[in-house]
Amino acid sequence: MKFSVVVFPGSNSDYDAFYAASSVLGEDAALLWHKDTDLQGADVVILPGGFAHGDYLRTGAIARFSPIMASVKAFADRGGPVLGICNGFQVLLEAGMLPGAMVRNDRIKFVSRLVPVRVEQTDTPFTVACASKQVLHMPVAHGEGNYYADPETLAALEVNRQVVFRYADAAGEVSPASNINGSLNNIAGICNRQRNVVGLMPHPERATEAQLGSADGRVILASAVKALASLSR
Amino acid sequence: MAVIDAAVLERHGIKPDEYQRILELMGREPNLLELGLFSVMWSEHCSYKSSRVHLRTLPTTGPRVVQGPGENAGAVDIGGGLCAVFKIESHNHPSFIEPYQGAATGVGGIIRDIFTMGARPIALLNALRFGSLDQPLARRIFEGVVAGVGGYGNSIGIPTVGGEIVFDDRYSGNPLVNVLCLGISRIDGIVKGAAKGAGNPVFYVGARTGRDGIHGATMASAEFDEKSAEKRPAVQVGDPFMEKLLMEACLEVMTTGAVLGIQDMGAAGLSCATSEMGSRGGLGMTIDVRHVPQRETGMTPYEIMLSESQERMLLVVEKGREHEVTAVFEKWDLHAVQIGEVIEGSRLKIHEHGVLVADVPNRGLTDEAPVYRRPMQEPSWQKDVQTLSLGDLGAPPSAQDAFNRLLTVPTIASKRWAYGQYDHSVGTNTIAQPGMSAAVVRVKGTTTGLAVSVDGNGRFCYLDPHRGAMLAVAEASRNVACAGGEPIGGTNNLNFGNPERPEIMWQLGEAVRGIGEACRALGIPITGGNVSLYNETEGRAIFPTPVLGVVGLLEDASQTTTRAFKQAGATVVLLGDNLGELGGSEYLATMHDTVAGQPPALDLAREAAVQKLIVALIRGGLVESAHDCSEGGLAITLAECTFNSGGIGVTADIAAVGLSAVAPHDNSGAKVDDKPSGLSIPWQANATLFGESASRIVVSAAGDRLDAVLAAAKAASVTAAVIGKTGGDRIRLSVGGVAVVDAAIHDAEQAWATAIETRMGRG
Repeated sequence: MKFSVVVFPGSNSDYDAFYAASSVLGEDAALLWHKDTDLQGADVVILPGGFAHGDYLRTGAIARFSPIMASVKAFADRGGPVLGICNGFQVLLEAGMLPGAMVRNDRIKFVSRLVPVRVEQTDTPFTVACASKQVLHMPVAHGEGNYYADPETLAALEVNRQVVFRYADAAGEVSPASNINGSLNNIAGICNRQRNVVGLMPHPERATEAQLGSADGRVILASAVKALASLSR
Repeated sequence: MAVIDAAVLERHGIKPDEYQRILELMGREPNLLELGLFSVMWSEHCSYKSSRVHLRTLPTTGPRVVQGPGENAGAVDIGGGLCAVFKIESHNHPSFIEPYQGAATGVGGIIRDIFTMGARPIALLNALRFGSLDQPLARRIFEGVVAGVGGYGNSIGIPTVGGEIVFDDRYSGNPLVNVLCLGISRIDGIVKGAAKGAGNPVFYVGARTGRDGIHGATMASAEFDEKSAEKRPAVQVGDPFMEKLLMEACLEVMTTGAVLGIQDMGAAGLSCATSEMGSRGGLGMTIDVRHVPQRETGMTPYEIMLSESQERMLLVVEKGREHEVTAVFEKWDLHAVQIGEVIEGSRLKIHEHGVLVADVPNRGLTDEAPVYRRPMQEPSWQKDVQTLSLGDLGAPPSAQDAFNRLLTVPTIASKRWAYGQYDHSVGTNTIAQPGMSAAVVRVKGTTTGLAVSVDGNGRFCYLDPHRGAMLAVAEASRNVACAGGEPIGGTNNLNFGNPERPEIMWQLGEAVRGIGEACRALGIPITGGNVSLYNETEGRAIFPTPVLGVVGLLEDASQTTTRAFKQAGATVVLLGDNLGELGGSEYLATMHDTVAGQPPALDLAREAAVQKLIVALIRGGLVESAHDCSEGGLAITLAECTFNSGGIGVTADIAAVGLSAVAPHDNSGAKVDDKPSGLSIPWQANATLFGESASRIVVSAAGDRLDAVLAAAKAASVTAAVIGKTGGDRIRLSVGGVAVVDAAIHDAEQAWATAIETRMGRG
């Protein structure tokens, strides 16, 4: 199967996602220039981390106008799995493909460290290989990862089981103490109503090899492979 | 026509004798623009006029050296047709005036030096110095610098993987921001900053030129006084997004082969890039400033040539292949503009709308810049500060009190407050997490890894610049070795005061001599670096602070280790001799408010032996952890081995140092403590635990490997002492069988980990 990774000007984890999909998982992978419209036969589209267009306005605010995004949206509308990581998550929010918004981390500063994240839902294409309530250690590296939504949206997210990941402690306890950036309800990642579009702030593509500190993120990409395999059966 | 009088010369930092030389080189009076070119190119920052005679003595060659000093960065062969491209550079003066932008543009500048060589940058490290965190000004500068380092590196997506931070009042008016960038290139893909072929077009690409940073290099070549804040407009503003585009576009365009030479516009901007590329290539260059993209209207040729606006590059392109180059830049929404061409001869000709406005000999600006053999004089106070009589310092604190206090001294405490703001995982190459002694990154597509460390000890260099500089080389190299890396190349950043003062020049000369000696003994060629002088405020200089960056090669990146203990029940071994040397130690500074004595002795043959040994032990899988002993001595080293280990404690008993070894090294005629019999037992314990003798490494080894470790040490003629065992949840240290330190790891680690954030406040 094929992972296609979008390259915006200012993306900086594009090659990391490409490398994880191709060299670590051994799947096909392609890099898609943001000015193109062809997804190159993607089975999965990844919007990578970085600072698309510099993020000087609002994170992700300009990237949504890139020509490739119309194709990504159409792909998602057809049920294609789309994963937005960090800045890619912010782009999905700005593009209206996921609800809510990101604001500055509650302690203002950029946060960079390995954090435990609890998997809340296993019926998305990016968590289908996870165990229920599985705790994954993945790096975060962001200044604006403080998830915000109005009360109605937040309530709907919870009722519809759209919160896919929450910041937790190593034992899987979700508490204010395990909330690294002030996100409402400790939200680290969500999906859309159709469950095929997932966005998260932690970086699974940076946690696919034990040598680099954690291989826990591999299951996220492996989930997509599993989900695709079950579809084609 | 501007009149060049004494006031104009002074404003340009040109001394009368230098002006005479300009008249000779020009054969006529220069106009104001031409004077401006000489001013920035002959500034200390660009010309190295005070340090050059000393730098020439450094070892710069070796079997692995692909590129030595003189280019944008150095390069060493790492096998497989690849090379490591690296350099360290300072941005000290701007970081005092405007901490965030000063640090950010420092990061941006060194990154450009690396990708200009055709290398993809994969790691950043920094060596930082600030005043005491008790001062609000130091906290503000520290906060701003850390945010700036992170702000630029995080955005562009190059991980900041390591470094060191030291706090001392001597840096309160002159913080140091030294940044090292490491990149990887194919050896045959290296591109140089030289003009080639008369008639080839010269292209400008990147950010537009504004009035920022005019005379930045000149600012960095003068002392600070109460008016320094007025120099804020001389600090540039960074745009990491523009640099990211430039980096990707330049790396892509270099693969076309149509780029013959490339140089970034850093200090002295367009003046430096045009004259250096010309003189390196033995050719001239002609440009018209009308073609230079400008951010503001009404800019004069003087302003355009001297601007230090960031994120700009100059390229020499093969004639007829311009479209290949412009197509790549267009893809990245950058506009490459032809501003001139390479010409025969050796002159830099600057036009404005076709009218010649400056015409100077290239080499007059570069290679023929003044070189000073400035007078050197050992400071009158040097011998006095080397005098240390422990008996005069009053009753020593208990080892337990000293241990508790030293753990929370900002220089020793965990730097997570800083590196928690640096993206260290982007790029998926970072093996050793920040906070370990050396950073370790893998090289994708190979089994190879690179270990990198930056180190310097200003206190040691203040007490003895020659030995202090040797110790800096030894420590950086030892840290790399402790991660399993064989040291293969080095870069140095010399941070000193005003070179026009003979005692500062003496410090610099002695330090460079020490670096050369140590590098020769340890087989480390210096492939480039940077000199930052005039780090003084109102006549008070920083500690002389040479910072060494050393790169080490791991042929198998999996054969590495960290300082943290890996399991209970392992045997703890001290490699090297514990001599109890307290001169210049953190212990004396913190517990006795004293900076005095001789820095620790350094036997370079022993240092080389212990480094070779540790690399072999790690490669052979014989040791589970390795940690070099530095600030805070053996006690702090052992405590740090328990930190980040998941709570694996240690019980160790260390042989008391012989009292005569407390200050044994008198090769300078300085007075040393000659009353060993007068030293009490507490002094003996503290010297044993907190002395900072060089060439020591603490390792842990599983029981079945211990004999092999000891045998290897014996074969290498390295002293190896079994001092304890890992296990339990406490740090228990005794000296000569007497228990002196006992602490729960949890408490000690918490105090160490939170000491800086406690001082900074949550925020």
